[in-house]
Amino acid sequence: MTDTVLSDPTNPDGRAPTDSLGNAITVPDSDDVTVVTAADGSRWELVCGLEVHAELATATKMFSGAPNHFGDDPNTNVDPVTLGLPGTLPVVNQKAVELAVRFGCAVGGPQSVRRSVFSRKNYFYPDMPKNFQISQYDQPIVVAGELELPSGHVVGIERAHLEEDTGKSTHVGGAGRITGADHSLVDYNRAGVPLLEIVSRPHVRSTEQARQYVAELRSILVACGISDGKMEEGSMRVDANVSVRREGSQELRTRCEIKNLNSLRSLGRAIEHEATRQADLHAAGQKVVQETRHWDEAQGVTGTMRSKEEADDYRYFPEPDLVPVDPSPEWIAEIAAALPMLPAARRARLAEATGEPRTAESVVVVVDRAQDDQAISALAHLARLAEVGGDPSAASTLAALADDDVDGLSGPDAGARAAAAPDAAKARVLVHVTQNLAGEGGADLAPVRLAELVALEVAGELTATQAKQVLAELVADPEATAAGVAAAKGFEAMDTGALEAAVDAAIAGNPAEWEQYRTGDPKVRGKLTGFFVGQIMKATKGQADGKAATALLTQKATD
Amino acid sequence: MSTRITSDDVAHVAQLARLELDPAQVELFTGQLAAILEHAEDVEALDLADVAPTSHPYPLVNVLRPDEVGATLPNAEALAAAPQAEGGRFRVPTILGEAP
Repeated sequence: MTDTVLSDPTNPDGRAPTDSLGNAITVPDSDDVTVVTAADGSRWELVCGLEVHAELATATKMFSGAPNHFGDDPNTNVDPVTLGLPGTLPVVNQKAVELAVRFGCAVGGPQSVRRSVFSRKNYFYPDMPKNFQISQYDQPIVVAGELELPSGHVVGIERAHLEEDTGKSTHVGGAGRITGADHSLVDYNRAGVPLLEIVSRPHVRSTEQARQYVAELRSILVACGISDGKMEEGSMRVDANVSVRREGSQELRTRCEIKNLNSLRSLGRAIEHEATRQADLHAAGQKVVQETRHWDEAQGVTGTMRSKEEADDYRYFPEPDLVPVDPSPEWIAEIAAALPMLPAARRARLAEATGEPRTAESVVVVVDRAQDDQAISALAHLARLAEVGGDPSAASTLAALADDDVDGLSGPDAGARAAAAPDAAKARVLVHVTQNLAGEGGADLAPVRLAELVALEVAGELTATQAKQVLAELVADPEATAAGVAAAKGFEAMDTGALEAAVDAAIAGNPAEWEQYRTGDPKVRGKLTGFFVGQIMKATKGQADGKAATALLTQKATD
Repeated sequence: MSTRITSDDVAHVAQLARLELDPAQVELFTGQLAAILEHAEDVEALDLADVAPTSHPYPLVNVLRPDEVGATLPNAEALAAAPQAEGGRFRVPTILGEAP
């Protein structure tokens, strides 16, 4: 039986434990650590690592050409390799290797991808037709990496390895549970589906970090096209390795693995429950047995599945039917170069563009919904408008600017450009994207349309309430413009013609002042600008945009 | 006789492999396996510090296939050899405990 306290750096005789690849186990500090209180009042802090199984987005299975497709009739996506029939031989799916390399490059860079060897993991269970699972053991394809969570906390990745999924058992009788079941039915459609098992270091210190880690990992997998990340379809399954230690200590204690965590909600609940269970055992002087436990969502408890000595003896050995996979540096570099921008980098870019902290909720939410490009491009348009001092109420202005300079207003350089947008515009864009564009179709709204709306709003031609109504119309009708909708709704948005008429009237009514304005030095002109804008505002009952009126005056003076 | 393997080891591995051995067989295989392990000791006499572990004898890597859908078995054919089937699935006895 394993010692309860595996190591304690304050004890000079303590052993330094290592992980599956021989690296020293480290546990980072954090300002967010879940602390549970045992029955005797003692306090224990969480040390947790997560294992995520992600089904890869391939067309076929890991070792054969049978389709990798969810939701089909049972035992139709099967071939002799899937069923483990005698005489069949596995052949590695190149796409699965590519997706694993992609993951390695995303979280650890090209140097984290290694020559890897497949091994047989031997056990008996009906959902595994060969009586062994082909996996990777001591030489996984990815050996390092890290994930920066939205909170800023960094979780190290120990390894990621390729393996095949198992079939799916349905228990008949006993209300669908194993206990009391009459018999089981097995569907091998899922058997052989390529899996990437991603193992984190024990760097998860709180239940919130556990949820953020899984959500962040999911974002990366989806963004890179590695997996569809659908937890509800079982494309992503999470196990948690949980242990606790005395608050403030550096101990490492025996851990338990919790399986069956099928939602972010159950993840947090199960970890907290298990930590408390262990804290109670330690506090009572009893041993925590290293074992696999099953989370029962309905009852909110974990229960023993099997103890370690009973089932953890998988007699791994190198798979004789498969030669090693050793991706060439050229192939790895090619895959790394084609990676999309990852969520952490996108949060940093949006933070720069909006002036918000990268941990701000609005920044996290917008990137999470993949609406950061929309927000940044809208802001880049608004920055461009501010730059040229164009009339925001002219529906054509922004579109014309966009046509003129489309490259800088979206794409990789837009972030820096967007940073120059007026602060008022930044605030309004974030409000619209986080709140008013969260519904169906919101993400599809063209950035230039959003920019037009915000320009009107910032110019004081639409109230926030009016803007929200206009926005709903813009989402519903991709051809509509903010100025057009505002006018149709009678929101008194001024068009260029009306503004120009007001400017002309002000000029005609004050010929002496206009002559001074036209011929005066900048100081005189600055003073008279105030005069003319005041006249225009008076005539339009405050509906005119001062900036646009100023631009028109300048233009007319030089004509 | 080598102490590298005991009859308890053999019984344990047999149980993991779901092999039903009687005590006489356990003793017989313990002796035979010990002889094989002793033979492997010859290799241990060599200095192999600079030799990388070999998982495969072939000088081959990256035998990969394109991700293209191939033929599948019709459901009836997939189930043809099953002792019992139900609703297009393989019917098996109740499983004690959950999958690893």
